[in-house]
Amino acid sequence: MNNTPETLTLTALGQQLRSGGLSCRRLIENQLDKVHRSNASINAIVSIDSDRALAQADHWDRQIASGQSVPALAGIPISVKDNLCSKTGVTSCGSRMLRDFRSPYDAHVVERLQDSGAILFGKTNLDEFAMGGSTETSIFGPSHNPWDLQRTCGGSSGGSAAAVAAGLVPASLGTDTGGSIRQPAAFCGVCGLKPTYGRVSRWGLISYASSLDTAGVFAHSVEDIAIVLQSIAGHDPRDSTSLPHDVPNYLDAIGQANPIQGARIGVIRDQIESPGLDPHVRRSLLEAIETYRKLGAQILDVAMPHSKYCIATYYIIAPCEASSNLARYDGVHYGFRSTAKTASTLDRMIEQTRSEGFGPEVQRRILLGTYALSAGYYDAYYVQALRVRRLIRQDYDEAFANVDVLLGPTTPQPAFRLGEKIADPIQLYLQDLFTVGANLAGIPALSIPIALGPEGLPIGMQLQAPVLAEAKLLSIAAGYHRAVEYQPKLPAAFEDPTS
Amino acid sequence: MNDTATDFQASDYRVVIGLEVHVQLKTQTKLFCRCSIRFGQPPNSQVCPVCLGLPGALPVLNAHAIELACRAGAALNCELADLTKWDRKNYFYPDLPKGYQTSQYDLPICSGGYVDIPIAPSVHPTGSQNVYKRIRLVRAHLEEDAGKSMHDEHSGRADSKIDLNRAGTPLLEIVSEPDLSCAEEAKTYLSELRLLMVYLGVSDGNMQEGSLRADANVNLHFVRDGKTVATPIVEVKNLNSFRSVERAIDFEVARQSSEFLRTGLAIGQAPKQTRGWNDALGQTELQRQKEEEADYRYFPCPDLVPIRLTSLQKQTASEQSAATPTHYRDRLIHEHQLKSNDAEILIQQGKPVVEYFLHCIQAGADAKRVSVWMLQDVLRTLNDRSIGIELYPVSPSRMAQLLAAIEQGRVDTSQAKQALAKLIDGPSLSVDAAIESLGIVRVDASEIELLCKELLAENADVIDKVRAGNTKAVAALVGQAKKKNRNADPRLVQETCLKLIEQMQ
Repeated sequence: MNNTPETLTLTALGQQLRSGGLSCRRLIENQLDKVHRSNASINAIVSIDSDRALAQADHWDRQIASGQSVPALAGIPISVKDNLCSKTGVTSCGSRMLRDFRSPYDAHVVERLQDSGAILFGKTNLDEFAMGGSTETSIFGPSHNPWDLQRTCGGSSGGSAAAVAAGLVPASLGTDTGGSIRQPAAFCGVCGLKPTYGRVSRWGLISYASSLDTAGVFAHSVEDIAIVLQSIAGHDPRDSTSLPHDVPNYLDAIGQANPIQGARIGVIRDQIESPGLDPHVRRSLLEAIETYRKLGAQILDVAMPHSKYCIATYYIIAPCEASSNLARYDGVHYGFRSTAKTASTLDRMIEQTRSEGFGPEVQRRILLGTYALSAGYYDAYYVQALRVRRLIRQDYDEAFANVDVLLGPTTPQPAFRLGEKIADPIQLYLQDLFTVGANLAGIPALSIPIALGPEGLPIGMQLQAPVLAEAKLLSIAAGYHRAVEYQPKLPAAFEDPTS
Repeated sequence: MNDTATDFQASDYRVVIGLEVHVQLKTQTKLFCRCSIRFGQPPNSQVCPVCLGLPGALPVLNAHAIELACRAGAALNCELADLTKWDRKNYFYPDLPKGYQTSQYDLPICSGGYVDIPIAPSVHPTGSQNVYKRIRLVRAHLEEDAGKSMHDEHSGRADSKIDLNRAGTPLLEIVSEPDLSCAEEAKTYLSELRLLMVYLGVSDGNMQEGSLRADANVNLHFVRDGKTVATPIVEVKNLNSFRSVERAIDFEVARQSSEFLRTGLAIGQAPKQTRGWNDALGQTELQRQKEEEADYRYFPCPDLVPIRLTSLQKQTASEQSAATPTHYRDRLIHEHQLKSNDAEILIQQGKPVVEYFLHCIQAGADAKRVSVWMLQDVLRTLNDRSIGIELYPVSPSRMAQLLAAIEQGRVDTSQAKQALAKLIDGPSLSVDAAIESLGIVRVDASEIELLCKELLAENADVIDKVRAGNTKAVAALVGQAKKKNRNADPRLVQETCLKLIEQMQ
C-alpha cells in the first residue's frame, strides 16, 4: 500500500475503507509494518497493543462487509499521547513514576475516539508529565523529528506529532498546556489544534496545570482535524470545567465556498517583527498574509500590550498547579515507590520516591510552584500572575472585537537540534513565547504548516480565534490550504519503499 | 522559669475554649464523586478513580452537600456566601490520596453565626425557665474527609493499611469563637450542635461512626489585680464523644494550670502545641509543636468552578432550617405548657419523637397526659425494643383515642396500660376493640341512669350529704355501682347521680 496524498489523510483512508477498496486489517497491518520499520528511528510510539488493534480492524471489516453503517472514524488508527488514560496498556506520562501504571479507566477522549470507531494505535512519547518542549525529559528518551533525526520533534506532545509526520497514523491526540500541540505540529510539518479550554473534556487527561491543560488533535489536514475534533468535543459531566455549549458541524463550516472573503485577520505585528524571529519564518508568514489579502481578507494590525508577560505568567501559574497536581505521586497508593534503604520512615519514603521517580524538569517545576504558593510569596507570585492573566485575556477580548482570527508564528524558529537547549531551561521556556497566550486566555489556536525552510524543516503558522470559534478558525485555515493547494507529504525517509 | 507565675494562684484563671466540629453530611454519595458513604462496608469497596486520587480523575460537586451546608448555615444564623469556592489544602499524608484536601479557605460557604446553648438549671439555678448562652461562630465550611489509616502493631512489622471508603465524604467544619468557658459548656455546645444537625436532616449525628468529631482549642486566662496573662493555646484532637470532650478539656485545664504555675510561660512564649486525646489513658499527649502555622499553600482548586448561591437556594435553606430543637422547645414549653425538664427529655429523643407528641395533641389528646405517657410508657418500650418511634406500633391517633378513654373515665390508668399493651401487640387493633377485649364494655347512658336511681334509692344519706353541699359524697357510690355493673363508668355514675339529686329538688 502506498502512502500518497490520497492515502495519507484520514478523510481519504475513511473513504477507501468504507468503499471496500481497502480493508481495515490491511491498513492496520501496513501501519504496524511502518511502526516496526520507522519507530526505532523516531521513538514516537512508546507502547502499542498490536493484537487488539488487529482484532478491532477485523471487527470493523465485518461491520463494513455486512453493509451496516459505521461511525466516522471506523477502522482509522489513531495514536494517543501517553498522558491520556487508556485501559489498554500502560499510561506512563513519560515518567519513571508511572512507568508501569495501568489505568482502570479510559480518558473521555479515548472513549470518544473508540465510540467513533477509531482504533487506538499506540501511546506516544512526551516530555515527562508534559513538562518540556522537546520530549527530552521523557523516561523513554527523546523522539526525533522525521524531517531531520538530529532535531527535536518539539514537545511536549512530540511523539504524537512525529507519529503523524512519519505516516505511522493519520491522526493523533495530544495535550496542550502552553503550546505542547502547536509547537510540535509546527516543527513536524503537520496541523495541530488546541481547542477552547473546556471544549474537550479533561477526564482522564493526567493533570499538569489544570486551568491550562487542553486535549487536542494532530493530523495532516485541517479537514482531518475537524473530523477528529467532532468526535472528541462536547460536554462531559465528569469534568466541571467542561463547557455545555452545542458542538457545531466543523466539516460543514470548512466546506463553505469562500471563508476568507471579507474575513478580518489580525496580524500581531510585535510577533512578526520580533527580533528573535527566524527570517525564513518571517518571510513565509508575510507570504501567507499576502495570500490572505489576495483572497479578500482584511488584514489588520493588532497590538497585544501584555503579551510580553505571557511567559512569566505561565511559568508561575503552571508550576503552582503542577506542584499540587503531582502531590498524589507519593509511592503510597500506586506507581513507583523507592526501595532505597534510606526510605525507612514514611516521610523519607515519600521524599525518596519523589526524588527518584521524577526527573529534573518535573522537580524544578514542583519546587517553583511550591515556592510560589508558600506563605509570604503567594500574593506576589500566584495572585499577581492571575491578575496579569486577566490582562492578557483582556488583550485578546479587545483584539477579537475587531478581528475574526489572529495570525502569527507558532514558534520563533524551526525545529532546533536535540540537546541544544535542554541544558538551558530559560531558552527552552522562550520557545513557548507565541503559544502560551492562547492557554492563558482559554481560546482555540491552530498551527498549520505553511512552508519548508531552506534546511528542509517545516515552518508553522499560528491562527488564534475567540472562545468556541473553532469553526471559524478551521475554515480560515482550510481556506488558506485550499488556496495554496497544500498537499501533505511525508519526509523522504518515511515514504513507503514501494512508492 | 520566669516569675510571671508567682503573681497568680491556682484558682485565678478562667477557661477559654473554642471548638472546631466536623459534621458528616447526610448525603447519599461523596462530596466529589458518586461513591456511597455508607458506614461499615469492607475496606476500599466504596472507591473510584476520583476518591482514590488516580491520575486524570476529576472532581464533580455533589449539589446535595451544598443544600445541606446552606440549611445548616441558615440554622446556625450564619451569613450564606453569595460566592463560595474550593481551595486545595496541600500536605502529604498516606490517607490523603491526592496529596491535598479540597476545602474552603477564604470564601467559606457560611460566615459568622451563633448557637444558643441551653444552660442546665444546675449551672443557673435561678429559674426553671430555659436559660441560653450564645456561642458565636467564626465560620462553617465544606471539605472532604480523608481516608483511614489502620496500624497493625501486633505483627511487630508496624504494618499499616489504608481504607479509602471514607475519603471524600462531605464534612461541614463549624468553627466557634472561643466563647466556651468550661468543659461542661463545651459538651453542651457539641450536644446542641449535634441535635440541631440531626433535627434538620443535615447529619445522622452518629458519634460512634464518626459523624461528629471535634477538636478543641483550650487555654487559660489568669487574672489577678487587673493583670491578665493567657497561657499558650493548645489544640486537642480526636474528641469523638461527648465524654471525651469533657474529660479532655478538664484534663487540659488542670495540666495547663499547673504547667503555667510551674513555668510561667505565657502565650507567645511557648510554641503552639497540638495534643491528642488518649481515651484509654485519660490524658492528652503531645503530637507536635510548631513555632509557626503549618504552610498548607492554599490556592483555588482549578478543577472546580466557584459556586454562586442563588436567592432561591438561600430562601429554601432558611425554610428548611426552621424546625430546630429550640423551635420545638418553645412550642413544648410555651404552647403546650410542659415543664422544661420534661420537654427537654422529649427534645433530646429527636424530632420524630417530638413530632409524635405533637401529632397526639393534634389528634385531640391533652398535652400533659401525652407527655406523661410518652415519658413513661412509650420511651420505655422504644428503649426495651431498641427501636425508633417510627417503628412504635401505636399511631398518634390510636394513642390519642386511648388517652381520651381515660379522660372520659371509660378506663382507669391501669386498664389503659393493659389496653396499650394490646395495641402494641396488635397494630391493626382499634382502641375500642382493645378496651373491649379487657372485658370493658361501654354502658348505655339510660342503663346508667337506671342504675343510679337504684343506688340513690338505697343510699338516702348520700342525697342528704350532697344537698348539704358535699357533692364529693357521690364518690361513695362508685364502688357499689361497679358491683352492680363492672363496666359502669365511674365518672358518668357520679355525674348522673348529681344530676338526679338536683332533679329531685
